[in-house]
Amino acid sequence: MLWETVRLAFTAIIRNKLRSFLTVLGVVIGVAAVIAMVTIGRGSSQSVTASVEALGANVLVVRPGQRMMGPPTGADAPRFDLKDAEALGELSSVAAVAPSVTSSQTVVAGNANAATQIVGTTAAYLTVQNWPLAMGRAFSDGEVQAGSAVCVLGQTVRATLFGSGDPIGQTLRIKGVSCEVIGVLAAKGAGSFGQDQDDVLLMPARTVQRRLEGDSDVNSISVALRQQATSEEGVRQVSEFLRERRRIGLGQRDNFSVTDMKEFANVLSGVNAVLTSLLSAVAAVSLLVGGIGIMNIMLVSVTERTREIGIRLAVGATSGQVLQQFLVEAVVLSVLGGALGIAAGLGLAWGGSVFMSIPFAPSAPVVALAFVFSAVVGVVFGYFPARSAARLDPIEALRHQ
Amino acid sequence: MAAPAAPLIAFRDVRRVYGTGEAEVRALDGVSLSIARGEFVAIMGPSGSGKSTAMNIIGCLDRPSSGDYLFAGTPVQGLSNDQRALLRRHALGFVFQGFNLLARTSALENVELPLIYKGLPRDERKARARAALAKVGLQGREDHDPSQLSGGQQQRVAIARALAGDPTVILADEPTGNLDSHRSHEIMQLLQRLNREEGITIVMVTHEEDIAAYAGRLLVFVDGHLARDVPQEPRG
Ligand SMILES: Nc1ncnc2c1ncn2[C@@H]1O[C@H](COP(=O)(O)OP(=O)(O)OP(=O)(O)O)[C@@H](O)[C@H]1O
Ligand SMILES: [Mg+2]
Repeated sequence: MLWETVRLAFTAIIRNKLRSFLTVLGVVIGVAAVIAMVTIGRGSSQSVTASVEALGANVLVVRPGQRMMGPPTGADAPRFDLKDAEALGELSSVAAVAPSVTSSQTVVAGNANAATQIVGTTAAYLTVQNWPLAMGRAFSDGEVQAGSAVCVLGQTVRATLFGSGDPIGQTLRIKGVSCEVIGVLAAKGAGSFGQDQDDVLLMPARTVQRRLEGDSDVNSISVALRQQATSEEGVRQVSEFLRERRRIGLGQRDNFSVTDMKEFANVLSGVNAVLTSLLSAVAAVSLLVGGIGIMNIMLVSVTERTREIGIRLAVGATSGQVLQQFLVEAVVLSVLGGALGIAAGLGLAWGGSVFMSIPFAPSAPVVALAFVFSAVVGVVFGYFPARSAARLDPIEALRHQ
Repeated sequence: MAAPAAPLIAFRDVRRVYGTGEAEVRALDGVSLSIARGEFVAIMGPSGSGKSTAMNIIGCLDRPSSGDYLFAGTPVQGLSNDQRALLRRHALGFVFQGFNLLARTSALENVELPLIYKGLPRDERKARARAALAKVGLQGREDHDPSQLSGGQQQRVAIARALAGDPTVILADEPTGNLDSHRSHEIMQLLQRLNREEGITIVMVTHEEDIAAYAGRLLVFVDGHLARDVPQEPRG
């Protein structure tokens, strides 16, 4: 009998395809929005988590100026240089230090070229960033000291310049400087903001300073802390050391910033989680509105089908069976809407994750929950119309025009 | 004539009052009658005399305000709504004046409707619905919608629907009211045949003498009273 009723519901729904679709459109949109939000939210927090894990040990980033709050004051703050980096390396809580001298340049190899970010640093960069080599070698101390024209490529740069060929030993030209490729970094993928971390080229810091930038500034210094040092200790020690070194008097503000990357990533994923739940809540409200849409149309449908109900009662349907018929119809309708919404939501999330280059992370429990929820919407909002159908007086119903 | 014991349908001083006070209408005002199994009864009377009201009570769609209605010896007013639904499902078949077929639903599915509620399996349902349509001469029209059928054909689908449930009684309220006289006589011959060959009790309301003439007994209602109750020699 129940199966019969479900079949009947399908017949009624298919008989009015367009109207059925419009009836459940609210549920479709609500479910699609919830699914898309949650899936994209999960994807982006996975990508944040991945980049936190990729950091390995606690890493602090030291920059001149106060960048995190208020207007940037970096412009007039004293710059850092390579000596600062070396000095930081002597601190007790510090395991390794890598300076970054950045420069945006176009790199040419044969007739291929790539606009990329040059990072001038030392071999320690790979340790600090927890970034292995895919082939070749890192800079030697001698090359770093001498400022040799050698470079290590990120995967994106390698692919743009050399395709699938072997780049080791090849020569690049950067702003008139010839430079030998000695290594290639392993692929790292997208960063916390969806940026391509593999679009990078490493050179010895001195080489970038002298040949490309023409000064001795260091843009930032990455500091890897020792295993036993907490990041609070590390931040305090680095800050105190730098205040002293930069002769900042008591009561004066720091003219540099120390960012705990792990902390930063955690804040980022916290913001991410709040945003996701907020948007999901908005989406859930639209699901509720969708339910009210179903109730509305079902009520109209009960009025329209009053005579049908009268006929069914006359041929022996009990009011319970009429109730069941309308309830099943509402549930089938909203479950179909839910299924459609899940498909649309997953599609949207997939498109979004490709677009933002974050992982596509559908959650089975969330999909199941959305499905169950749409069925519940059908029951809750279908009940009232179904009850009013079941309560019809057979004679009145038959007389209805 | 009929055996005094266990009439199929028995009214004892049945009253049906609509509204109260000034607006009170006594649609049935103390009607007693009994109809035996296998009878073919025609009900006539002026408009508003209570014919449809009586039919609705016989059909368990309505309840008397006072008095007793016994169906096969069972007092119907003591039954719950669901029990009366079961009685309709298993013992009664309706043929309405306005056909009352489901729109945009094939003839076959219309006839299947009572069988669904009887809980018959799909195949048996289809077979019985086909057989009922064949009995009313509509084989080959199973897949037509009501909108694709003539008035007489629609009424025959309605009769097939009443028939398919294998009822003890068919209640027909002005079954020929919308039909021309040729079609009317066809329908009447069909009802007469069902009464004679299948032993189905038929109670029919009509305004036309020559339609009432097919029945074996004539009841005449006037102002909510049973004014005349006469046996007659059925025509045809
Ligand atoms: N639901 C109702 N509410 C109030 N009065 C009603 C209702 N149904 C019927 N009546 C009244 O009861 C009386 C009997 O009505 P009924 O429908 O039984 O007449 P009828 O003999 O079938 O008439 P007709 O030949 O016109 O069909 C009429 O006066 C009618 O107005
Ligand atoms: Mg009437």
